Order: sequence, then structure tokens, then C-alpha cells
Amino acid sequence: MKGFILSFRSEFYKTRKTAAFWSSVILPLVICLLLFVGFFSHSDNLAKQPGAMLWFQFAGAILGVMGSLLLPMLIVFIAYSVNNIEHKAETWKTLFSLPISKLSVYSAKYLYALFLVTLCLALFLLFTLGFGNLLSVVKPTLKFNEYHMEGFLTQLYFKLLLSSLGILSIQFLLSLLFRDFLKPMGIGFAATIAGVILAGTGWQYAYLYPYSHAMLTVKSMHEARGGSDHAMPQLTVDLLTKDIWVSLAVSIGVFILGYFIVLKKSVK
Amino acid sequence: MVIDTQGLSFHFGSQQVVKSLSLQVPEGSIYGFLGPNGAGKTTTIKLLLNLLKTEEGSIRIFDKDLQSNRIAILAQIGSLIEQPAIYLHLTGKENLMNRALLLEVPESRVDEMLALVHLKDAANKKAGKYSLGMKQRLGIALALLPDPKLLILDEPTNGLDPNGIIEVRELLIKLVTKHNKTVFVSSHLLAEVERMATHVGIIDHGELLFQGSIKDLEAISQPRVQVEVNNTVDAANLLKKQGFTVTDITEDNLSVPFISKTQMSEINALLNKNNYQVYSIHKVQKDLEKLFLDITQKA
Repeated sequence: MKGFILSFRSEFYKTRKTAAFWSSVILPLVICLLLFVGFFSHSDNLAKQPGAMLWFQFAGAILGVMGSLLLPMLIVFIAYSVNNIEHKAETWKTLFSLPISKLSVYSAKYLYALFLVTLCLALFLLFTLGFGNLLSVVKPTLKFNEYHMEGFLTQLYFKLLLSSLGILSIQFLLSLLFRDFLKPMGIGFAATIAGVILAGTGWQYAYLYPYSHAMLTVKSMHEARGGSDHAMPQLTVDLLTKDIWVSLAVSIGVFILGYFIVLKKSVK
Repeated sequence: MVIDTQGLSFHFGSQQVVKSLSLQVPEGSIYGFLGPNGAGKTTTIKLLLNLLKTEEGSIRIFDKDLQSNRIAILAQIGSLIEQPAIYLHLTGKENLMNRALLLEVPESRVDEMLALVHLKDAANKKAGKYSLGMKQRLGIALALLPDPKLLILDEPTNGLDPNGIIEVRELLIKLVTKHNKTVFVSSHLLAEVERMATHVGIIDHGELLFQGSIKDLEAISQPRVQVEVNNTVDAANLLKKQGFTVTDITEDNLSVPFISKTQMSEINALLNKNNYQVYSIHKVQKDLEKLFLDITQKA
């Protein structure tokens, strides 16, 4: 356990000045800031809307891109970055000749990638709520303060996190095995596009395909709202749907598979 | 023995890179692991660090089996393999701090190491901007950071200037003589090893061709008598008739295997008596460079 904590801290120490780390912070900030500016400058048109609709448009704009492309590609990038730092510096051989178990080194790296994804999603949630509320302060005509969706959004972002675990494990393993940029990136990109198409067309087995999970999660939100157009929207998130179970199973399976590959693999 | 391998073998695909290697590295030695490029030195080192899985044979380090005591053994080894593994986006000091964090070594030790390898002034410079020699020195500092009992260094003087080479050599000698460390150092340069090693192993095509103390190596380099004489061909014929073996004839010199000082004076007297002009006659130690070539080419 000590080896794991040391390795995890070292991961942070190594990446704290890299794009991998800062992209997880800057991306949510920039996107939420852009939306803030957009809503602020179009406040006259939006002023008629009730608070609930404002929130849906504000949060939905982010979630729309997030589910289809942003989250999967961010995961592809993070998984690549945390492994590439060792490929580039030729440091796998040093990592695996430290007096620290291979499981600690491997799992610390994996969980650090998961930490970055979690950080990014948490910041998206935080900035969405923060900038939404800020809008109602600086433009009182925008009635963000009349409606609250903190609980719902938190649940939804948590579900997005769970839905990303499958892709994360697969991309992590690909980036661990291939030292070049194109293979994990290319595979990840193609697989994500396929996932968006499969989930978008409503293929009944899309829940089995990890790269569709983020999209399915975002779609489930739209359905929860669309079902009750006239009354107050029904805001519940069904957390443990079957796609989430698949995502969890894939992530655990691939994580274990990856560990055995690390054990057997010769370090070049 | 600090390192003791028995029948160590390793393949990359169908190519056998290490063949039945039995290394014996005594405590407190500087073991020079010599061989031409591609002889299997780095592969052997990776086997010693458990980076490659031992296929055949066994490795014992500090009298413990490597497979079953991996972490306990690695805790006492500092290593530098091939080009140093350095995070180029971090500064030299940050590279050491990161390793110190992993090994739970205090920051004061990091500063000590920076001073030791003369990188104090460049401590806060990005390692990506370091010269090859500076990177190599940082690599050595990283290997020494945990104050290991055994240092395994793969070509540590690569890329260093003559001053740097001398410094590394003196540092290694100091570590062994004053701090009771054991150093296993690979090199393709015999002259390098000759100057510091107490023990030598010579490897080529994955096979250990020689192993022993540096004295053993010198002993098998047979000395010879070199005679500078006016007519080398005729003189050689004369010596042969008198029962001497002549191993080498050039325009100016001829060589006879050295047996004793009496033999040298006999040769001198014989040539003088037959009116040859002997300009010089002296004993020559076969240099190790040639010996090394002889040993590696025989295989």
C-alpha cells in the first residue's frame, strides 16, 4: 500500500507541469467560461425563459458535446499522456527496477489517470453550477436562481464518470503497450465515432460497447426530460443501468488483463 | 558473492542473446563486464534487475534468489541502464526529487548527489537542455541516490569528456574502497576497465569467455622478448636453428616468447657472436587490448 501511495504521489509530481494535468483543469474552465459569455451576451433573448429551461440549456450545451466526443477523447488523451511520459523518457525500466511492486506501479498509474478524469468531470460540474449562479447575479433577468439542479447534475456527472471507466481501461492498456501516438489515438478516435453512431441510432446492443456509454448516459438525461414536457421535468438519474454495469465489468476485466501483461512483459 | 548466476540463458525470439552465463561478482569488487557492442551486456544487466524474465538458470544477489526476493534485492541496488532515464520536462533536481519521493530519501541527500556529480549550478535547469554528459551524470546521481550496496552501471562513461571519465572512475574506486560498495560496470572499452576494475568478465556473442581478477587476466597475457636487430630475417633463422621459437618478424624487430632472463641473455650472446648488431632487447607485456581482441575473436 505504501508503494502505491508513493507511486501515486510521484505520478502527480511528474505530471503537474504537463498538458495532461492542466488540460483537465483548463478544458472545463474554458468551455464553461465561453458558455457564460454566450449566455451573458444573449441575455435579452434568454430572459423570457424559466429558470429550469435556462439550466437545461446551460448544462445541456456542455453535456451534449461531452457525451458525444469530448469525454471519450479526453480519456484517450489522458490515458495516452500518463503512459507516454514513461515511453518518452525511457523510464519504464527504472520504474520496474524500483523496490516497489509491479502492481503498485501499475495501479497507481491507472488510478492517477482515473483521478484526472474525475478531476475534469468534477470541475465541469463545479464550473457549470458556479457560472450558472454567477449569471443570475450579474444579469438578474436570467433567473438561474429560481431553479436548482445541483443534485441532478451531480448524479449525472457521477454516472458519466462510471460510464467512462470501460474506455479508460481499454485506452490505458493500449497506451501502455504502444509507445507511438497514432495507434491508441487512432483506435480511440475510430472507436468513439463508432460508439456515437451506435448510440445515436439507438442500436439495441449499444450498451455492450464501452465507447457508446458516455453517449448513452447523456441520452438518458434527455429522455428523463422529454418524457414530461409540460409539467416540471422529472429529474432523476437511473444510476446503475445495464450499460454502467458493462462499463464497470470491462474496466475491471481489462485492468486485470493489463496487470498480467505487465507481469509477463519484458521491459525494453 | 554479491552476484552469482548459474547457467543463465536468454533468447529474443530465435536469437540466443545470453548463453549459459555464470557470473561471480565478489563483495567489494569493481567488476568490469567487458564485451563488444551487441555482446549481450545490456541483456544480462536487465536479467540481473529482473526487467527480463530469466528463462534458464538462476540468479542470486546478496545470497538470495532474485525471483523470490525481488523487492528486497532491488532495494539495495542502484542502476543505470543504457542512456539515462530522465524526465526531460523536469529539472535535474526535480528528477532527483521524484526518485527521492519514491525511495523515501530526504531532500538533503538530493543536494548531496547534485554536488557530487557537479550539477548544483544546473540543478534548476530543465533536463531536456542538459548536454549528453550532464544527463549521464544525472543518471549516475539517480543510481547513487538510495546509497545502494550494489551499483549496476551500463556504460556509465558514455558521452563523458575525459575529465568526466576520470571523475566517474575515481568516484567508483572511492565507493568501493571507502564505502564498501560493490560495483558492476559494463563497458566495451578495455582500457577503461583496466584502470579501475579489480575483477573482469569478458562476454561475446552471449558467452562468458573469461572471468577472474585483473591479475589473472594479465597473467594469461604471455610476455615476449622483443629484439631489435639489423637483419631480422637471417637472425630469426639463426634463432630457429638454435631451437628458439620466433613468433613475429618485422623489418626492425623479431619476437620470441619470454621464458626467463637467462634466455634473454642467451639470445643476446648468440646474435652478437654471429655478428648481428643488436640495437635493443627487452621484455614486452602483451597489451590487454590485443588480448581482449584475441579472446573475443577466438569465439
